[in-house]
Parts: sequence; C-alpha cells; structure tokens
Amino acid sequence: MTETTQTQTSGLLPRPGGLRGVAADWASDQRTFKSVSWGKAMMWIFLLSDTFVFGCFLIAYMTARMSTVVPWPNPSEVFALTIAGHEIPLILIAIMTFVLISSSGTMAMAVNFGYRRDRRKTAALLLVTALFGATFVGMQAFEWTKLITEGVRPWGNPWGAAQFGSSFFMITGFHGTHVTFGVIFLLIIARKVLRGDFDVERRGFFTSRKGNYEIVEILGLYWHFVDLVWVFIFAFFYLW
Amino acid sequence: MVEIQSGIGTAIPPAETEDMELYHPKSWWTKYVFSQDAKIIAIQYSLTAIAIGLVALVLSWLMRLQLAFPGAFTFIDAERYYQFITMHGMIMVIYLLTALFLGGFGNYLIPLMIGARDMVFPYANMLSYWVYLLAVLVLAASFFAPGGPTGAGWTLYPPQAVLSGTPGGQDWGIILMLSSLILFIIGFTMGGLNYVVTVLQARTRGMTLMRMPLTIWGIFTATVMALLAFPALFVAAVMMLFDRVLGTSFFMPALVEMGTLLPHQGGSPLLFQHLFWFFGHPEVYIVALPAFGIVSDLISTHARKNIFGYRMMVWAIVIIGGLSFIVWAHHMYVSGMNPAFGFFFATTTLIIAVPTAIKVYNWVLTLWRGDIHLTLPMLFALAFIVTFVNGGLTGLFLGNVVVDVPLSDTMFVVAHFHMVMGIAPIMVIFGAIYHWYPKITGRMLNETMGQIHFWITFLGAYAIFFPMHYLGLMGVPRRYHEMGETIFNPPSAHMLNIFITVMALVVGAAQIVFLFNLAWSLRKGKPAGGNPWRATTLEWQTPQTPPVHGNWGKELPVVYRWAYDYSVPGAAEDFIPQNQPAPDRLSRGALA
Repeated sequence: MTETTQTQTSGLLPRPGGLRGVAADWASDQRTFKSVSWGKAMMWIFLLSDTFVFGCFLIAYMTARMSTVVPWPNPSEVFALTIAGHEIPLILIAIMTFVLISSSGTMAMAVNFGYRRDRRKTAALLLVTALFGATFVGMQAFEWTKLITEGVRPWGNPWGAAQFGSSFFMITGFHGTHVTFGVIFLLIIARKVLRGDFDVERRGFFTSRKGNYEIVEILGLYWHFVDLVWVFIFAFFYLW
Repeated sequence: MVEIQSGIGTAIPPAETEDMELYHPKSWWTKYVFSQDAKIIAIQYSLTAIAIGLVALVLSWLMRLQLAFPGAFTFIDAERYYQFITMHGMIMVIYLLTALFLGGFGNYLIPLMIGARDMVFPYANMLSYWVYLLAVLVLAASFFAPGGPTGAGWTLYPPQAVLSGTPGGQDWGIILMLSSLILFIIGFTMGGLNYVVTVLQARTRGMTLMRMPLTIWGIFTATVMALLAFPALFVAAVMMLFDRVLGTSFFMPALVEMGTLLPHQGGSPLLFQHLFWFFGHPEVYIVALPAFGIVSDLISTHARKNIFGYRMMVWAIVIIGGLSFIVWAHHMYVSGMNPAFGFFFATTTLIIAVPTAIKVYNWVLTLWRGDIHLTLPMLFALAFIVTFVNGGLTGLFLGNVVVDVPLSDTMFVVAHFHMVMGIAPIMVIFGAIYHWYPKITGRMLNETMGQIHFWITFLGAYAIFFPMHYLGLMGVPRRYHEMGETIFNPPSAHMLNIFITVMALVVGAAQIVFLFNLAWSLRKGKPAGGNPWRATTLEWQTPQTPPVHGNWGKELPVVYRWAYDYSVPGAAEDFIPQNQPAPDRLSRGALA
C-alpha cells in the first residue's frame, strides 16, 4: 500500500537554485541529511565532539612544550631502538603507524564486503582489523614498558621537562584507550556478522533494535577517526 | 506505507522509518525506573536536578547567614564557607541548570515538539540519566568524605585547588569533584548526541527547520555548544586529576608551601584558565539559549500574538552560539595573560550584545499590542525580560577591560552573573514548569500558590541582587568569609548585607510553596484538558494528556504551518495548531 503525500514545502514553491537551494534542502522537513541514518549521524557528531577532546589534549601539550624553560627531551633519541647494533630513530613508531594505517585499509574492505552481505569475508576482515589494532596496543605497551624501565614517569624523566612524561602517557594512553575500545567493538561486531545476526535482523541484546550491516560502516567511521588522530599525535609529539 | 514526494521528485524517506522501533516496556521496572521513554527520563532528570539544587539553595542560605551575621554561626568557619561557595556554584550551574534545561526540558519537549515518537536512541538516553545520577551521587558523597567537599571556588583554579591550604585540596574533595565532572560529561554526551540527532533527523512530515518552535532552536543550539565545549572541561578535569593523583605538573608551577618545596615544576596555571573558560563561557549560553527559546514561546502563546521576527530570532540564537566560543578570555582580564588579548576579547564580547539586543527587542515587540494574559507563565516570562536586561547591561560594564579591572572580584560580578545566568534562566524554568505541568500531569498548578510564589520570588530576587551592585561599586570583595572593618567598607554596606540575607531567606522559603504546589496539584489540581493554553505547538495536540508511550497514537502528526499562528485575521479561533491542514493562505508558515 503506497500513497503519495506532497509535503507542504515541496508543492507550493519552486525549488531555488544555488546556495539557496542547498539551504532549502537542509532546512526541509524530516531529515537534514537526507540519506544518512540516525546511527551514522550520531557517530559523526560524536566524532566531532571527540575531535575537540583530542584537540584540547594536543593544544595543552603544545602549550606546555612551548612554555617550558628546561629542555624538552629529543623524541628521535628517546624513541629509538637499537637493532643489530644500529640505533634507529622512531623505528617502533614507524611500524606502529604502518600497522594502524593498514588496519584502516582492512576496515574499509570490511565495510565494502558488509554492503555486499558477504558474511564470511566481512567477519574475517573485521578480525584482521582487530588483530592489527591489538598489535598496535601491544607495541604501545612495549614502548611504555621500555620508557618506564628507562626512568620516565608521569612526574619526571631523566632528560628534561617533566611535562614530557606526563603528556606522553596521557595522550598516548587516551588514544590507546580509544583503540582498545575499538578492538573490543570490532570483536563484538565480527561475532555478530559471523553468526548471521545482520542477515536475519536479530535484535540487539540491550537496545532490542534490529541489527543490520550498516553498523560495520559506523564502526568503520570510528576506526578511521582513531587512525586519523594517531597521525596528528605522530606529527605533533614524535616528529616535532 | 506513505511515500513522500518532494519538489525535485526524489523520494524522502517516510516519516515513520524503520529506525523508529520503540522499545515496549514489559514490567513496572522498565516502565518507570529503567525507562527508555524520553518523557520519563525527562522527569527523572528534572527531579534529580531539583533535589540537588535544593542542597545548593540551603548552601546559599548558610553563606548569606555568615555574611550578615559574621561570628554568629560558629560552625561556618572560613573553610566551610569556601566549601559552601564552591558547591553552591558548581551545583547550580552544571548539575541544576544544565541538567534541567537539556536533560529535563530537552528530553520532554524535543520529541513532542518536532513530532517524533521518542529520542532516536532511547537506550543511550536512559544510560545518560543513570550516569548523570551517578555523577550527582559522587558529588554529594564529597560532603561526607574526609575533609569535606572542595573549597576551591566553582572555577577550581589551580594551583590552589590541589594544595593543602584549600579545603579538600589534599583530601577527597577535589578528587570527587573532578570525577563527578568527568562522569557528568560522559552522561551528558550520550544524551546530547540523542537530542541533536533527533532534531536533525527525526522530525515529522512538514516540520522544516524554520517551522520549529524557538524552544527547540534554543535547546538544539545549546546542545551542540555543549558537545563542543564540555570536551575542554573534560580535558582540564583529567589533567588536574593527574596533577593531584599522579603528581604531574600540567597546571602546577614550582611552589613553596609552608617552607617546603613541592615536587611540582614548570606547569601553567593559566592553561587551566583557558581550558576552563573555553568551556565556561559557552556554558553561560548553554544555560541561556534554552531559556531564550522557551521564553519566546511563552510570550507568544500568552500574548496571543506571533513572535516578532522569527527568522531573526533563529539567527540570533545561532550567532550567539557561535560567538560565545571566541569570548572566553573576558573572564581572565586580571589573570596576567597578554594584555593585547584583552582588546580582542572585549571586542568579540561587545559584539554579542547585538544579537542579544535583537532578541530582547523582539520579545518586547511581540508583547506590543498583544492580547497579554497575565498567567503565571507570562508573569515569569516578563520577570525574565527585566532581570535579563538588568544582567545584560552590567555585562557591558564587565566586558570592557578598563571598567572590568576595578570591578573584578567584587560583589558587582556576583550580582551580574546571578542576574543574567542565575535569576533570569530560573525565572524561565519556573514559567516553563507552570506552562507545561498541565501537559506532564494533566492538571493545572494552583493559581493562588503560584501568584504567591511568583511575587515573592521575583521581587525578592531583585531585592537580593540589585543592592549587591552597590556593594560591588563600594569595593566589597566577593568570596570573603568576613568583610572586616576596612576603610572602604562603611556601616551601610553591612546593613545592606543583612537586608540581602533576610531577603534570601524569604525567597528560599517561598520555594517551599512552589514544591508544595507541585505535589498538591498532582492530585488536587484543576483538570487541564489537552490544550489549556490554546497553544499551537505539537505537544499540545497529542491524542492523550499526559502523552502516552509513543506520543502520537497510530499516525504521526503532519505539520502545515509555523508555530506562531496566533490571532490570525479571519481565522475561527485565535490560534491555529501546527498540524491543522486548513488550505488557507493566511499562514505565514506556508510562505516561509
């Protein structure tokens, strides 16, 4: 049974062109973003809010680094690893960054196969993404351990400004927490995909809403965001 | 299945989308306690906010008693006084006003006013309330913790906030305060995302953005601002918590305390002030914008006249919201920041006066030659305009660097912000409760008790805060436990203090009348019917009063006009509901 209803705005007025047309589309009834589902809209707005959180963290760190009167430890030396007798600066961070960026690639593929309703490939790619994410967190734990054994603490370090350790642990810790939550949700969604929840529209345990493959894309938004944030942390903390 | 045809032939998803699957409660617990219905959540939010707000009210009494009769109450020593100040400010600004406007009115009114069945993610909405409740409990717990709550002032400025000289600084007070703030922000984010997405993506057919009631515009803009401003407070709270618990030095410079050098070094207290006020100034408008929106609807409804300059009102709200992010350092003129900043921030601050003045003119022009019904909501709305104009004008004083410097940290500042973001929004909250109580409960609030409540509250609040300006101009400082007998502090200032305290006790006591009225009218109030104020907006057109789960019965309403068709010439009644489909050319909304 399909009936057609004219909305009040549509029939009465000619659709204006140019910017006015854009404004009229946005301001029209029901949905501001026409093809965007509620879940996706909510994730985008959450990410905007989260951008401000990371932005404040990074600006606070940069303020501390610029205003300190004692020398700031040299990141190239602090984050160097000695491999086979050669000291290679930033090698671990480079590998971590490579792993995380790769995970964005597998995530994007998972989204693609999700929309093709390819249950197995989607789940496999989500698991690979989760594995990359867990590897990243593992390497971060290694890095933390190394620095802690070298005497870096939140309240001080052997090489200079105390804010180096505090900013490092706070920012990478907060980012690592984001990655960890991402991995947990990747595993949950991978399980749901594998079980076929989204093919039969099984209802969520908490929300009792019908599930569908779009959740893979929404999770993907979050995952790409966390990767993007890492690029900024990499640039501002390690390369500066 | 209804398919919508828009002008260019693309199909817009029908109003009743797949996304809107309501969770139907199966037991008493899921219906009334762990409810996912925005209306129940709204009531839970409001009652919790009012309950903790009453604590803050009692704290203000205690402060006033100490100021008027120093030494008479021996249990109010200097430390307690600072704790009372801190908790009073923090509770009123965040846990009462923000929670009540956005969590309370936002939850109740957004789905009803835009024609949705519920918020878009009711489960997250429910979690939002429970995390908020947890935040309130953590805050309240600090009253019972060793050392008591923090006494750092509501701005929690470091380094003093985490030092032993400040009450709670080296005890539990500051830790519980910061934890509570972090929880509040997490809880608010879950609710706030819901409010924003609901307004953007879940409006009913015909409800264009420019037909939304101004209440929704105010709440929506305030929520967007909160989602962008609270992150700064979140970061500041996390960093200060680390300074206190882990011994980091984000905000802590090298310090000597009682002859011992503290382990902190190299931190910047000014950084905290920037982060705090990047949140703190938008926060003022997070409280004010919903009040602006609600008061516009109250005035229009009770003056039976369309709001003057609807479009301008919408843009003023949006512009105020945007500008409020670039004015924060006008709270820091005396902080020691680069003086050149003062010029920039004074300029942006004074520019805000333009959209704000437009709003005030439009309210007054809406009243102009209106059919003004002096109902309780209207009385409170008028009181709002008066107190807000008063507070706004003193804002011009404080926004200018040169005038602000001598007035900083005096009672003038206290009078200013209580007028503009204390009394004014609370007037709107009272007006809104008198206005929407009939929809929430199905019964009117008692008129006589309401009149008593209004006149004592309005005149009393003026009697409290108006003389405070003079105290400030005399140089009486704020946050002083005792005034002392200084040369600039004449006996008349002390008499004024006693007067203010007596009025504060009276106004506080008058709220008992209001609370009694809320309880009494629940059973004994006059039955209200569906639309006692003969209002146009959708929430008054629900099939049941109070609205049931799902709000609209079988079919969602369709909106044909804007929210302000009052006293339309030639119309049968003096109001035309938004969902009335009469094929007329009278409606401004059809042309808007």
